[in-house]
Amino acid sequence: MWDEKVIQMIIEGIGESLYMTLVPTLLGYVFGMPLGIVLTVTDQDGIRPNRAVYRVIDFISNIFRSIPFLILLILLIPLTKAIVGKSYGSTAMIVPLTIAAAPYIARLVESSLKEVDHGVVEAAQSMGAGTWTIVTRVLLTEARTSLIVNATIVTATILGYSAMAGAVGAGGLGAIAVRYGYNRYQPDIMIVTVVILVLLVQIMQGIGMMLSRKFDRRRT
Amino acid sequence: MEPIIRVVHLNKQFRGKDMEVQALSDVSLDINKGDIYGIIGMSGAGKSTLVRCLNFLERPTDGSVYVEGKDLASLTEKQLREERKNIGMIFQHFNLLMQRSVIDNVCFPMEIAGMKRAEARKKALDYLKIVGLEEKAQAYPAQLSGGQKQRVAIARVLASDPKILLCDEATSALDPQTTKSILQLLKEINQKYGITIVVITHEMAVVQEICSHVAIIDKGHLVEHGTVEEIFQAPKSREARKLIYQGCEKVAEMKGRRCVRIVFSENSSFEPVIGNMVLAFKTPVNILYANTRDLDGVAKGEMILQLPEDTIVADKMIAYLQSAKLAVEELKDYV
Repeated sequence: MWDEKVIQMIIEGIGESLYMTLVPTLLGYVFGMPLGIVLTVTDQDGIRPNRAVYRVIDFISNIFRSIPFLILLILLIPLTKAIVGKSYGSTAMIVPLTIAAAPYIARLVESSLKEVDHGVVEAAQSMGAGTWTIVTRVLLTEARTSLIVNATIVTATILGYSAMAGAVGAGGLGAIAVRYGYNRYQPDIMIVTVVILVLLVQIMQGIGMMLSRKFDRRRT
Repeated sequence: MEPIIRVVHLNKQFRGKDMEVQALSDVSLDINKGDIYGIIGMSGAGKSTLVRCLNFLERPTDGSVYVEGKDLASLTEKQLREERKNIGMIFQHFNLLMQRSVIDNVCFPMEIAGMKRAEARKKALDYLKIVGLEEKAQAYPAQLSGGQKQRVAIARVLASDPKILLCDEATSALDPQTTKSILQLLKEINQKYGITIVVITHEMAVVQEICSHVAIIDKGHLVEHGTVEEIFQAPKSREARKLIYQGCEKVAEMKGRRCVRIVFSENSSFEPVIGNMVLAFKTPVNILYANTRDLDGVAKGEMILQLPEDTIVADKMIAYLQSAKLAVEELKDYV
C-alpha cells in the first residue's frame, strides 16, 4: 500500500496543510496585529487611553475566541462562499482560519506589547516621541522576542485548526488522517500523517525559538 | 531674571476607585536658569509626581507650570512634544531600550527629531565621549553596569540638546561610589553646557553634593525652600531638620538635657571656638556629633554639643557661640 500514489498524496497533503497554516497566519497578522496594537494603546494604562475603542475591540475579540472553531467554520460558510466562491477546499478554508486567527493574534500581540517596561515608554514620551513613534520604535522593537515566540504558538494552533478543517471538506494532512484512519480504518497512514503533523509543529517551534533568541539583545 | 521653570499653585489629585489621593497641594516654586535644584522628600511625598508635572508626563489637576515663560497647559499635543525636547529626563531604572545598542539608544532622540542616520551616529559618538563610554558604543544595555547604563541615559538626554534636565532618583539604584561619579558628571554638564538640572531624591547627601537650591516636600506640601546653604545652616521646618540630621546618630548614655547644633562657615573654622569656650567657662561640653560637609564647594562644619546641666552656664555658652558668629540652634529632645 506504500505505493507512489500514497506518497504523492502525503506530500500534497503536507503542501496543503502548510498553505492552510501559513496564509491564514499571515492574513491573521494583517488584521490582528493592528487590533492588538490598538488594544495596547487605548487601554486604561496605555499611551492613548480610550475606553470606548478598547471595550469594542475587546468584546469582539472575546466573542470570536469563544466560538469553537468547527462551529465558526460552519457559521462562516455564507461569507466564505461570497469571498471565495465555494465553501470547501483548502483555499475556502483560508477565510474561517483567518477569522479565527485574527482575534487570537490581537490578544497575543496585546500581551506581548504590555510586557514592555512602562518606564521605557515614559522615557520616549519625555523625549517628545509621538504615539506612532512609540508603537513602531519602542513597543514593537522592545517586544520582538515575545512577538516571535507568540507567532510560533499561533502557527502551531492554526496548523491544528487546519487539520480540523480537513474533516469537513478541506484538504491537507488532517483530511488524509480522517479519510484513512477513520473512514477506511487504515491506522498506519493515519499514524504517518499524525507523526508528520507532530514534526511540523516541532520544526515551527524550533525555528521560532531560534529566531527569538537570535533577535534578543538582552543577554549579557 | 525670568525663572526657567515656574510652578504656580500646583495641585495634583489621583482618582482611585473609591478614594482620592492628593499627591500635590498648592506647590509654588521658581527655578532659575543654571541652578541645580534639589527636590527632596521621603518616599510617597509627591516629589516624583512633581517632577512629572514639569514636563507634563502628568497633567496637573490645578495650577500652572511655565517653562521659559510658556504655559505648558496652553500647548497643543504637538507643541508639547516639541517642548519636551528641551526638557530631558533620566530615571532611577535608566529606562534604556534593551533591544538597541548603546549608540542606537543615544541616536533615538535624534531619530525622533528627524536627523539623518549618519549625522546622528557621528553626534552620538561625541555624546558618548562626554560621558566616557565611547568604547561601549556597540554594546547592549544588558552588558553594562548600573553606572554605565545611567551614563548612556545621560548621553541620550544630551542628544536632544535640552535646556533642562530632570533627574528622577537618578542615583538611587547605584552604590555610593557610582553615585558620586554620576553626580560629578551631572555637575560638569551643568557647568559646561549651562543646563538647568532638577534633582529628585530622598537622600540629603545627594543635595549636599551638587545642589545649589533645595525644596523640601512632605505629604504633597512644599514645606521649605531656599539655597542649600540657608536650609542647611538654619532649617526652619521639622521635615527639613529631620532630613538634615539623617546622618547624626544618637549617642546613648547621656545625662544632660540641652543640646545645640552649631554650624561653622569657612571663616569661623580657624578659631578654636569650642576649646576657647571650655577654657573660658571652665566647664566641659560634650561633642555628640561632628562632621564637615561640602556644600557646593564651601566646607561647612557642623557639630552637636551637649551643654552642662547648669542652665545659667548653658545660656552663657549659647551667647558665647553666637558672638563667635556661628549659627546656633537649640535641639529639643535630641538626647
